[in-house]
Order: sequence, then structure tokens, then C-alpha cells
Amino acid sequence: MHRILTPCIVLAVGLLAFAQDDVLHAPKTVTAGNSVSISTSGQGSATFYLLGPSRVAKRSVQLGQDITIAANDVASSGIYQAIACSSSCSSTVFQVLPAAPARLSFLLHPSRVPVSNGNAINATAFVFDRYRNTVLSSAKVDFHITLPDGPTMTRAGQTSRGITWFEMGSTPKQGRLQIVASIADANEPRVIQQVASDACHLHMTASPSGRTVKLETDPIRDCAGNPLPDGTIVSFTKIDNAGRSTVDTPIKKDKASAQFQLSGNARISVACGVALGNELSVGGGQ
Amino acid sequence: MKYGLAWILIIATAILLGAGWVQAGGMKIRAERSAATPEEAVRSFLADIQAHNWDHAYSMLDHSHDVQQADFVREIAGSDGSLRTYSSLQSYEIWPVHAESGRATLRVRMNWSSAVGSLDDVRDLSLVQDGNVWKVIWPKPNLANVPLQVLPVNYLRWDLIGRRSDDWGTGSVDTPQVRIISMNAVERPDGLVILGEVENEDTVPAYLNVSATLLKTDGSPLAQQDTFDAIAHSLLPKQVSPYRIDFPGYRLKDVKSVRMDARPLLVPASADPVIAAENQNIEKDALGRSILKGSIVNQSGQVVNIAQVLGAFYDTNGKVVWVANGYVDQALMPQAPVPFALDIPPDVASRIHSYHVVVNHYSAPSA
Repeated sequence: MHRILTPCIVLAVGLLAFAQDDVLHAPKTVTAGNSVSISTSGQGSATFYLLGPSRVAKRSVQLGQDITIAANDVASSGIYQAIACSSSCSSTVFQVLPAAPARLSFLLHPSRVPVSNGNAINATAFVFDRYRNTVLSSAKVDFHITLPDGPTMTRAGQTSRGITWFEMGSTPKQGRLQIVASIADANEPRVIQQVASDACHLHMTASPSGRTVKLETDPIRDCAGNPLPDGTIVSFTKIDNAGRSTVDTPIKKDKASAQFQLSGNARISVACGVALGNELSVGGGQ
Repeated sequence: MKYGLAWILIIATAILLGAGWVQAGGMKIRAERSAATPEEAVRSFLADIQAHNWDHAYSMLDHSHDVQQADFVREIAGSDGSLRTYSSLQSYEIWPVHAESGRATLRVRMNWSSAVGSLDDVRDLSLVQDGNVWKVIWPKPNLANVPLQVLPVNYLRWDLIGRRSDDWGTGSVDTPQVRIISMNAVERPDGLVILGEVENEDTVPAYLNVSATLLKTDGSPLAQQDTFDAIAHSLLPKQVSPYRIDFPGYRLKDVKSVRMDARPLLVPASADPVIAAENQNIEKDALGRSILKGSIVNQSGQVVNIAQVLGAFYDTNGKVVWVANGYVDQALMPQAPVPFALDIPPDVASRIHSYHVVVNHYSAPSA
């Protein structure tokens, strides 16, 4: 882009050095994607240049007639410069404003969040027109939030310089939290997985049988009652005459289980991450 | 006179051959081949192991224990893709321990060079005199003998599917949430050690690396290192791993603070295999070192080729005072216990109140 713009700007500056009285008359502002007509004065043929933020055009025109600039040539918002050169050059400047909001970019962060976590979810929407120009004027974006247990609510956000955002906490129930950002006909859905938090009230029971003991936890849930997902690691530790034994075992169907050989009386404890469970004393070997 | 020149040439050739034999270590080899004393027998035995001369090494065993050659070779050379199969005996040291009429005990320290560094194996070898030679009494290898059975394995695995979208903000999945739950800087005679524990707080598996940057008093970095293999890199949800980062040659007085960085990646993983660490006890080994001994049992159905044991040791306040790691050079066959040992520095051993062991594993992809 630099390779095109730099010589054009040099050319424009050079041409303007020879600028004569105004022969071009353009509207001050134009909406992106709308054709624009520039009136000219004088006679004879001239070369017309249009320099925009992302486009440069050149063609021959007749002075005294209106110059029509196609919609595609003014799709990008920004400052445009129109230059007409015959024996000398004349120029005018006009601004192309973004069109009506038509597109959204929507960031929802994070993609997974533990339940009951205050202000852990951040939703940010960027508003663009159909030509991907950032719509700088204030616009209203609706966020339709569908919670894991079904209810839907809507939250509105007013953009400032094309951006609107909000934070919210995760709800106590795990599952799929969907947020759809909408403006005009544009809808951008995103999904967050609300996942169980740390284990709460971790409890196991022991079933000694001869020299072995089978251990099984109750269904492992967080403090809001959500079951921890299968595969979560639970650590069992047994201390008896034979020493210390540990096993990290994953939760299967909401429960974790393990089996140890006993050598005399044993103390057995259970933990899941940093959450500690109950401790049992089991007499074995008899 | 007629054959004088011929005799001179024959004698000179013999002298040169003899000199070459001595120069090439012939005397040493002969000593190693000899088994006239217990030490010579062990030296010869270990030289054969070093040279993978299994037939001769096996011939030096006392066969009253009915050790099969295949079992002996399997124990020494490794099998099933174990770490020992990637190792070779680099050097050995021998000390006499006990000797009496016709019997002797020698202590050997075998230093194996392996794919993960050098590994020490200290054993007491008993010998018995058999005529003019000494024979090594090799204990019958305790190879796993699990009866044929069907073991249902239905642990979870996590797969990553799809691909990242090119559209901004549409297709990203966050990396797992991990947390360094403890960190302790310990000065050792050979340098500074950063150790502690890290937890995968998320509901998906993480591949994790932890690095530490030592900062000087002016806040500029002094040195940076990562855990290398002193961590269980793959952490399942809510799994806790010890970590240790070594800074050889650095002193605590030169360090103002330490910046920790845990870098998790979202990876596919399996909850299988489950490996238990059983009967752990802190004891003294034959060399008087404090070690944590125990056995690990692969409770799943697939062979674990290489296992690594990581231990976090806590003081009475629950603070991590040491993290040790060691590899097990045998493959873990399903349901078969395999011994392990972790070295503990003597000054740390006296402060240990509790410990927690984690087993890390590497398995070759199955066909």
C-alpha cells in the first residue's frame, strides 16, 4: 500500500503546487458506498485524480461537467482528495463517513469459566458498516444472553467510537452460556462453557475386605452442586505400617475409587486439587 | 647360522605382538576375564555386561538359583521399550563389604548412561567360590507374571478437533487455567533451586512448562531457567505436580526476587493409565544416603515404557522443602509393582514431615 500511496501523495503535492482557482466543488461529507457527484467549472479536458485512504483513481474528464464517482470508489471511510489538472491543477477535499451499522466483531472471553465467578466474563463488540468501516457514531448493540438453565435476557450496550463491552459473572449452574450480539441484521453468537468449580464437601467411604480396602467417594460436586467432570483427578493417600501409598485416579461417573492393600491400621485421606476431603482410620490385616 | 636370521625375525615378531597386546589392554582384559578373586569375578562380570557379552556374563553366575539366561538378559538389558533398553553401562565401582570362607559380598555402583541422563544403580552382589573361580549369585529376576485376563479400561480421553477460525474472535479456545500454588527458593551448595507445586485448575488437560527468572536488586534479569523434566508436564484436571528449577552456580544473596511463569497448552490427553505409588518409606540405602523407596503399580492395561517418579517433600508447616525426581528403568507391565527410589539431600531429610509422590509416564504409541 505504501508503494502506491507514497508516489501518489508526492504527485498530489506536486500538482497542488501548480493549483489554480477552485474548479472542483464536492460535498463536504459523503456516506460510504454512495456515489458522489463533483461539479467542475471551466472548459476543455482534464485529468482527474481521486486519492482516498485505500484507493487511488485516475481518469480523463471534461471540465464544466459533473464528475460522478462510483460507489465502489468511496467505500472506505476517511478523507478523500479530488484533483483535476489541465494546464494547471485544482483540488478539493471531502470526507466519507461510515455507512449504517451492518456487521459485528464479537469477542467473548474466556471460553471456559468456573461457575459463580464474579465479573469473569467479558463481552466486547466492534461495530462496522457493510464495507468494514468502523462505525464511530454511537450505535446500540443488543446482547441476548441464554443461561444454562434456560432463561434468556437481553442487555443493551451503546457503542463509543465503535466499541461496546460489558462484564458479567458466571452463574451458579454449569453448562452452555450463549451470548448473541446483534445490531441491525447482524447476529454474532458465541458460547462459553461454565464449568464446575473446586470440589466441595469431598467425602469417601471405605469397604475393608481382608487385607484390602476399597475406597469410593460420594458423587463429587462443587459448592453449587455441579458435578465435577469425569477425568478430574482425585488423590487418595494411605499411611500404614507399610508406609505411604498414593494414587491419583480420575473421576468416573461422578465418583472416584481406589483400592489399597492394608498393613495394620491405616489412615486414609482424599483430596481433589487443593480441596481436602475426609480422613478415615481403617484397621486391616486382621 | 643357517636359520639365525629367521629366528631373530620370529622372536622380534613375537616381542612386537606381545607389546601390542599389552598396549591394547590385554592385561586388563585378562584380569577382567579372571575370576580368581571375588573382585576379579565381579569386574569380569560387569565388563561382560558393559560389552553386551551376555553368554559369558551368564556363565559367571552361580546357577543354583535357576536363573534363566533370557530372564537375566531381560533384566539387565531391559525389555518392552523400557528406559534400560536405551541405556548402556558407562562405568562401575566396586567395594568389598563382607568376605568369609567360600562366600563374599561386594557392593557395586553401576553408572548407566541413558536417554534421560546418567542413572546410578547400587547393588550388593553375593559371590560363592566354585573350585578355583568365584561365581556371582544373581537373584532370580522378579519379572511380572500376571495371569491372562481381560481388563476393561474406560477412562476418558480428551481430543482436540476442528481448527482455529481465520475470522477474528470467532474460534478461539482458551488455554487451560493453571496456578502455581507454592514456590520456595532454596540455596544448595551447588546453586539455587526454585521448587514448589503447580495445579491445573481447569476442566481440560494441560501441557505445562514452568520457568523462573531470577531478578537482581535493580529489577533486571539475572538468569532464566525452566523445569526441563523436573515436573509432570501433562496435567489432568485438578492434578497437582511438583516442579524444580535448578540454577547452578547462583547464590540467594544475589537475587532480589523471582519471577515465575507457567505456560500451559491445550493438548489431547488420556486419563489412562492410572499409576499408584505404594509402600513409600524414607530409608537409608547401602551407601548411607536418605532415599524415598516404594513401588509403583500400573493399574491399567497398557504397558508403560518409561516411568518417572516425582516427589514433593514438605516440612511441618506444609512448605515444600525439596522436590526430587527419578526414572524407573523397567517398563511397567500392567498390575506388576516396580520398585523406585528418590534421593533426598541429607540436610533436607531431617526436616521432612510429609511427602507426595506423582508418577509421570511415557508410552510408545500402540500400533
